[in-house]
Amino acid sequence: MTELPDDIQVETEEGRRLAEQLQDSRRHARKLLEVKNLSTHFFTADGVVHAVDDVSFELDYGETLGLVGESGCGKSVTALSLTRLVPNPPGRIVGGEIIFDGVNVLKLSNEEMRLLRGKRIGFIFQDPMTSLNPTLTIGYQIAESARIHLGLSRRAADDRAAELLSKVGIPRARERMGDYPHQFSGGMRQRVMIAIALACDPMLLLADEPTTALDVTIQAQILELIRSLSAEFGTAVILITHDLGIAAGMCDRVNVMYAGRIVETGAVDDIFEKPRMPYTWGLMDSLPRLDEKKGERLRTIEGLPPDLINPPNECRFAPRCRYARDICREQEPELTPREEERHFARCHGTEPGGWIQ
Amino acid sequence: MTNGQGTAATDGRPLIEVEHLKVYFPILAGIFQRRAGEVKAVDDVSFEIRKGETLGLVGESGCGKSTTGRALIRLREATDGVVRFDGIDLTTLSSGELRKLRRRMQIIFQDPYSSLNPRMTVGSIIAEPIETHNLVQGRQARLERVKELLRLVGLNPNYTNRYPHEFSGGQRQRIGVARALAVEPEFIVCDEPISALDVSIQAQVLNLLVELREQFGLTYLFIAHDLSVVRHISDRVGVMYLGKIVELGPPTAIYETPAHPYTRALLSAVPIPDPKAERRRKRVILTGDVPSPANPPSGCRFHTRCWLYEKLGRPENCRTDDPELRLVGDDHRAACHYAEEALKSDVGVAHLDRTVYRAAIPEVTPGPTHASVSASVASQAAPGEGDGEQQAGGSQAGEG
Amino acid sequence: MASTTTALEAPVARRESRGLWRDALDRLLKNRLAIVGGIMVILLGVIAIFGPFISSAFLHPYNEQNVQLTAQYGGRPVPPLAEPGYILGTDKLGRDLLARIFDGAQISMTVALVVQAVVLLIGIPIGAIAGWFGGRIDNYLMRFTDVVYAFPDLLFIIILTMAFRETWFGRAMDGLLLVFVAIGVVSWITMARLVRGQLLSLKETEFVEAARAIGVPDRRIVTRHLLPNAIGPVIVAVTLGIPGAILAEATLAFIGIGAQPPRASWGSLIDDGRDFVRGDPHLVLFPALAVAIALLSFTFLGDGLRDALDPKLKGKQ
Repeated sequence: MTELPDDIQVETEEGRRLAEQLQDSRRHARKLLEVKNLSTHFFTADGVVHAVDDVSFELDYGETLGLVGESGCGKSVTALSLTRLVPNPPGRIVGGEIIFDGVNVLKLSNEEMRLLRGKRIGFIFQDPMTSLNPTLTIGYQIAESARIHLGLSRRAADDRAAELLSKVGIPRARERMGDYPHQFSGGMRQRVMIAIALACDPMLLLADEPTTALDVTIQAQILELIRSLSAEFGTAVILITHDLGIAAGMCDRVNVMYAGRIVETGAVDDIFEKPRMPYTWGLMDSLPRLDEKKGERLRTIEGLPPDLINPPNECRFAPRCRYARDICREQEPELTPREEERHFARCHGTEPGGWIQ
Repeated sequence: MTNGQGTAATDGRPLIEVEHLKVYFPILAGIFQRRAGEVKAVDDVSFEIRKGETLGLVGESGCGKSTTGRALIRLREATDGVVRFDGIDLTTLSSGELRKLRRRMQIIFQDPYSSLNPRMTVGSIIAEPIETHNLVQGRQARLERVKELLRLVGLNPNYTNRYPHEFSGGQRQRIGVARALAVEPEFIVCDEPISALDVSIQAQVLNLLVELREQFGLTYLFIAHDLSVVRHISDRVGVMYLGKIVELGPPTAIYETPAHPYTRALLSAVPIPDPKAERRRKRVILTGDVPSPANPPSGCRFHTRCWLYEKLGRPENCRTDDPELRLVGDDHRAACHYAEEALKSDVGVAHLDRTVYRAAIPEVTPGPTHASVSASVASQAAPGEGDGEQQAGGSQAGEG
Repeated sequence: MASTTTALEAPVARRESRGLWRDALDRLLKNRLAIVGGIMVILLGVIAIFGPFISSAFLHPYNEQNVQLTAQYGGRPVPPLAEPGYILGTDKLGRDLLARIFDGAQISMTVALVVQAVVLLIGIPIGAIAGWFGGRIDNYLMRFTDVVYAFPDLLFIIILTMAFRETWFGRAMDGLLLVFVAIGVVSWITMARLVRGQLLSLKETEFVEAARAIGVPDRRIVTRHLLPNAIGPVIVAVTLGIPGAILAEATLAFIGIGAQPPRASWGSLIDDGRDFVRGDPHLVLFPALAVAIALLSFTFLGDGLRDALDPKLKGKQ
């Protein structure tokens, strides 16, 4: 991973511990992931769709970050961009930097990228049925990744697969390795996906709406599994979801996305207690809640998200915003800091001295 | 609609009475399609819906809630049991009589994409029920009625010539609502009407349904898997598991003092948009999957996943006796041998002690240009509250 | 559907309404191969209809001159471009090959139409009945189609033509109509299965359920909701089935059932030419080329239609 300086002798016990410490401190000095001014556009017949537009964020080692927003806000495209899996054509990363564990992802060759994807970054997608190959056994599909990326022998890879399967909570793991995906229920398949994602002990787990296709009780199982395994392995997680409740329960920090932009980012408590962006309020407000009596009219966000072909230089939420003033339509606000540490919002009104307080 | 108004609209007479409803689907096998077994989608369900009331039905996929909804308006044939609509037994009605009765009951579907015929214009989709029941004479009058319905659901009345694919998901759902309203029904089955929509659009459609209920005194069966949505709209709530209603009662009872361990497990699985409450809450994670309705467990169907069963040391009657839906409180029924034990538990009610309430959202203060803003918003929203959505959608359609 | 649509359209302010068919046409026109196919198909149609006139006006159908020509070449076919006006040469009787191919186009195009008409007339009702009623009726009908499918096509056609040869029907169009209908009778299986599959899946859609909930009578559900939505794949299957029909006729002509002299179909031309394939391959080559061009044209057009009518390829909604 990190090369050791020559003067540390790894052979001795002491040297090894020192080397580990050094590696550790180096790791903590930097971020696992730094995304700087990432823009991903789709070149369609109708025009250039600015799906992800100048997005910057960071992720610490072992941290869980939520990407929250409605469909079409760019959260999935952001995740695909991180691993350079944006379908091309029509999509292309047109600008920015992605530094993953010190490596500039956008400068890697395709072969290096393939290694990075399998070994350092694991994926879980929304639909566990289509992400598994129906003609291969579960055991094979888990072991495959371990064989390719960790260079394990067949037997060792099978052992690893069995261990992972039982770790993700599949009973009688050894026996079930010979089963095919259709013999598993939706929740079980998602567990298998998690096992595959974790096969190479990745540093980052990308979970794109991992529970949207599942029932609420199964959702709770899967979320709990992701939570406990990421804690056990120290894996950082980027959780993409439209469900604020899931983000509240799972994440350390949250990025709220709207129309290709990050409109608010901060620690999960700050986002939920002191949101500083009208869109975030709208999202929270338009949900009916479990603890509410039947009743009041829900406050809605009127209208639809804007068209991302040639967005004008205005706050992208302004047309739907109840607080919007002239400045919002003349100048798009920057992502500027708010009171709390690492809390940023993109809103003229909630900036210090703004009219929404 | 507040609680008070809700009861005012309810005069207590049941509009729908369901007695021992069973809907089984045969499992056919072999080239001669012999009956190899059956899926007990709905297995002995009884309840009633009072006039003007909204009954919410929640449960996980495959629990039979949609089949129940469809059997109520006889889109599915009941295998056994009785469904009465305003005193008329639907299950024995001839197809001609049934067709006449269809005027009085309607359904709104989940998927805004597959619920509208892609080859028909919006105008003809909404006109179809009017023509079928010959409600309005003359083309011009019919067109006027279609426009009126579009306006009612918050769509631009000039869109009659457009095709469904030119609309967004939320707008299509409004078209589906307009089609259902075209026959001036008394009862509407809402089958997951908002679960396919985006969060901000969900609220718009939910508000529309509530408004229409008030305006026309509609009775709803509201089917959803989202417990919070059901609480928001329902006067009474039923919880289904594997083809049975396991708990039935007013929302306060169901959500605050649930008497069935399954309801509690469901509630505890719902994520709460409050990080502190989430960290504090005590979760019951149900193990395993829902068993197959073709071969449900013996006794209480939930015992294979039940946390209370484990806690009580696996009592035998859970495995052998199917519990009745019995009264456990005021208008509150649960089908559990140990409902009293469940009532004592504190599982699944973490949402009650949330500390973070709705983020304190500032009021709109009049700014230098505020008047013009609100004026433009008002003009946009003129025909109905969905108009903003519709205008954006219109331009979207033009581009696509 | 049409009546209501127009009823509603009239009073509403006209605006550019791009319906599904319009969109399909737009997409079709963007597909270059499909346009080439379409133009070729139109051209073939023109040749089929006006072939005889064109032949007698510009080419050299059988006449005295041909006999002389044959004598000149010692009873052998004239090679292409060897004589002015005989672009593709002649056959052993001195008949202009191009004129023969034009004549053959008429038969081959008629095959295409008649066979597909028969396929539609049998396939759609059987498929629609099986798909709509489902259950036992579906089961019986589908087993019946399996039996028809299992029967050897060629044998079935031969038996049919033999059995009906002496009736008025068997004599219509020099006995060709019977052959064409016989081809159709063995070709409807795919269409029936396609329509059945379409109806089975459409029947479960929510818009059909909505129609039932409204109380729309069954017949109207079929005609207004099911068939219009199944029509796209049917059109495509028809276009893609035409090459098969042309080939089938060619095969039959080759073994002596079908177009008999002096009429020619592309198949019978190939059959006639096979004796000369060593010395004068053009007699086989050019008719075969005509078949190939027709097949490709219809296939391109069919492919284009399929893509144009496929809602999955609609792009973003």
